[in-house]
Amino acid sequence: MSMLNVGRPTRPDTAGESTGHASLSGGRALLQDEGLLFEVGGWEKTGVDLDETPGFDESDLGGLVRDDLRLPGLSEPEAVRHYVRLSQKNHAIDLALYPLGSCTMKHNPRLNEKMARLPGFADLHPLQPTSTTQGALELMDRLAHWLKTLTGMPAVALTPKAGAHGELCGLLAIKAAHEAAGQGHRRRVLVPTSAHGTNPATAAFVGYSVTEIAQTDDGRVDLSDLAAKLSDDVAAIMVTNPNTCGLFERDILEISRLTHEAGAYFYCDGANFNAIVGRVRPGDLGVDAMHINLHKTFSTPHGGGGPGAGPVVLSQALAAFAPAPWVVHDGEGLRLEEETAGEAAQAFGRMSAFHGQMGMFVRAYAYMRSHGADGLRQVAEDAVLNANYLKARLSVAMSPAFPEGPCMHEALFDDSWLEGTGITTLDFAKAMIDEGFHPMTMYFPLVVHGAMLIEPTETESKQELDRFVHALLGLAEAAKAGDVERFKGAPFLAPLRRLDETQAARKPKLTWRPEPTGVAPAPLAAE
Amino acid sequence: MRYLPLTPDDRAEMLGVIGAATIDDLFRDVPEAARPADLFDLPLHAGELEVERELSALSAKNRAAGAGPFFLGAGAYKHHVPATVDHIIQRSEFLTSYTPYQPEIAQGTLQVLFEFQTQVAALTGLDVANASMYDGSTATAEAVMMAQRVTRREKAVLSGGLHPHYASTTQTIAHAEGMEIVRLPAAVDAEAAVIEAIDAETACVVVQTPNVFGVVTDVSKIAEAAHAAGALLIVVTTEAVSYGLMKSPGAMGADIAVAEGQSIGNALNFGGPYVGLFACREKLVRQMPGRLCGETVDAEGRRGYVLTLSTREQHIRREKATSNICTNSGLCALAFSIHLSLLGGAGLSQLARVNHSRARELRDALAGVAGVEVLTPRFFNELAIKTSVPAAQLADELAAEGILAGVPFSRLDPAGGMDDVLLVCATETNTSQDIAALAAALSRKLAR
Repeated sequence: MSMLNVGRPTRPDTAGESTGHASLSGGRALLQDEGLLFEVGGWEKTGVDLDETPGFDESDLGGLVRDDLRLPGLSEPEAVRHYVRLSQKNHAIDLALYPLGSCTMKHNPRLNEKMARLPGFADLHPLQPTSTTQGALELMDRLAHWLKTLTGMPAVALTPKAGAHGELCGLLAIKAAHEAAGQGHRRRVLVPTSAHGTNPATAAFVGYSVTEIAQTDDGRVDLSDLAAKLSDDVAAIMVTNPNTCGLFERDILEISRLTHEAGAYFYCDGANFNAIVGRVRPGDLGVDAMHINLHKTFSTPHGGGGPGAGPVVLSQALAAFAPAPWVVHDGEGLRLEEETAGEAAQAFGRMSAFHGQMGMFVRAYAYMRSHGADGLRQVAEDAVLNANYLKARLSVAMSPAFPEGPCMHEALFDDSWLEGTGITTLDFAKAMIDEGFHPMTMYFPLVVHGAMLIEPTETESKQELDRFVHALLGLAEAAKAGDVERFKGAPFLAPLRRLDETQAARKPKLTWRPEPTGVAPAPLAAE
Repeated sequence: MRYLPLTPDDRAEMLGVIGAATIDDLFRDVPEAARPADLFDLPLHAGELEVERELSALSAKNRAAGAGPFFLGAGAYKHHVPATVDHIIQRSEFLTSYTPYQPEIAQGTLQVLFEFQTQVAALTGLDVANASMYDGSTATAEAVMMAQRVTRREKAVLSGGLHPHYASTTQTIAHAEGMEIVRLPAAVDAEAAVIEAIDAETACVVVQTPNVFGVVTDVSKIAEAAHAAGALLIVVTTEAVSYGLMKSPGAMGADIAVAEGQSIGNALNFGGPYVGLFACREKLVRQMPGRLCGETVDAEGRRGYVLTLSTREQHIRREKATSNICTNSGLCALAFSIHLSLLGGAGLSQLARVNHSRARELRDALAGVAGVEVLTPRFFNELAIKTSVPAAQLADELAAEGILAGVPFSRLDPAGGMDDVLLVCATETNTSQDIAALAAALSRKLAR
């Protein structure tokens, strides 16, 4: 028995079943089988050479020394192999089109990575005297200038660590502004039915109740429903624009006018800013607060789920309530306003321990400088062009949810074209995996049945788009021809077949534990 | 415009396929008034060399931590990170993938998260851990709100030894949710005082060890008092390397442990991105915030991993979610996990011993300086010292001489009445020469 199979349910003789040929090792050519760290590591092993501490004295430790820490270690070559083998089981934007709608999976420039690792940024402590961090503060100040200029907004809070954290920041500023104006009774937020889940979750988080706004047949906010629901207990509306159907809210100026007339603020979810960056300023649309996902529009890598960064631009009405800290100019240079006192007394508080996601600021700034005002405008145009191209070409076989008029940066399809085939959106998505593409966003937005939301971004070439279209049209043809097997069992060619998510949730196994005998697996390899 | 593959011919051809005359046709839903014809007032595109010049010049205006003797801690720590870590996290498949919502083609990220969760559970001595939070401070705020959901009580008691920025973050976020936050006054050995503040309304007590003044505390008694009152104990740690040596939060009775994981695998980065660690007892898992990765099998019975218990999360539960969190700190968690895999339990223990030994050397050196009083009685790798001149002034003066001496407590809490307290830290990166240089500089400054 292979050592790598200690404690594992893997059956090597079935690993190649779907291709009709099984390997003996459990691996498949370039794709190696790899056990858990706890199975491949050594319990006494370390891959780091450290100083020795002869005669270690415990007398200053308050009698609190532990003796129960058991974690496996790997030598450097073993560690490299472990993680390289695992990495090869991931899809990535560097490999192929990654059309997750609303996620903006664009190319992540490597210059940004190099710049973020300059010692003056990466090896800088957040609490050094500001006399030793002037370059970092200047970078934050320049980033702020770009964000304010691109959005046409007078202020920006840089500290939120991700989009949802930015939403929280925006709503807390709104709450503080209402309270300062004696409007603390406003505790309701209006959110369209097509909104991201973070919108209602954030509103609930700050103690607001959520009322949904209906959508029109052409995928926009229903103005009459909005007008009917705006009242003197509404604190804010939260509208994504372009919205999650990939459409620009044509009545956006009327939406902001009605909102402001009712004494409420307009929070814009900026997740889809990539569609309009360099071309349209949210400040011109009447927005009071909007988060900007630097990991979407400004190309910082998603990293398998983070870190992100979610600076929030604010209108004049909300600017004074921005959280600490922020960069200020004084006579001698730049400094940080870190306390919510004195001139900053209206600030609503602090979003996190330090000054925000500096590593992401450097990357985003390098990206903005590279593109410039002209390049960013071209980003929006190409993103919208690519999405409309996919919409046009895929519409011959698939059903666009809103066929009339152009979409913005993403194209939304429903599942009506699969009717009668016995194939669902999920099946179709899983079959895309076998074709080498990451599935699109599925079943979101909730307002469209069996939704398939496709966002190609501007960093895809026409060739890659055509390759994608070819694969999807081929699958569509197979679906309509009754080749149900291709979909129902998919994926067949991925590292694993479909995973049993129900079992995972019913009896959650969230950590590796030694076998029930209480005995750890035998030490492996050279030990 | 090196990041844009479309050529003018491509664009023309694609517009033809779409049936649009110009690109403006595709933006026709944008109100005319909000479609400025001119470019915005910003510089035009720039080549790699030009951007590199500008950013290198900005970087050079900063004094990097590695440029000389350096003793700052207080929530962010300078440690040596093996070169392997930064190499692996830049692999395309880790760097440029999204949240693993399609598990069949994300097993790399998912298995790493499962290993990360297991490592964090072992470090904290608790049953389960999530797949990371933004950072230690926001994890603390989330833990306090989790305690509210578990106990259905509204009051949180924060120890005076909790990092003041963690306390402010918690106050801002948890207060917005309607909680009452009782923040006890800052004090070096503050932990025992929380027991008196626990009452029948208390959802949780939040205690940090090592605390912001470096003091390590046995929190078992606090756990007993909290549990007797029906409250939860949340233990915060900002220096994750201390887990290699110090009794774990779980072993001392914590219900939830949160930590800043930056120390392991991650650079200082001027404060972010960092990685929040979050662990709890198994019975509380369904009230936990953030993503969780769990083991399951695929259609052929092979072991695999998926994101699970997502019915707690915003994309399913919307306004009823346990948290609004969506993006977490995946790549920083990967860096943490790789570094910890290289260390192993044995290596982390030894790293912790080296840190403590350096801190003892620092303590001994500073205790001999006239005008310095060491305030911290028991410690891991941080100390609070009292200086005969204001600490902020001292830190500025020493910085001008090329020594980054520590964090003045007044920077974290200007109203705390401790203007003469400097927080200093020693790690494996500090040499005996660094320590001697600091002691000599302090002797010189404080002797005048």
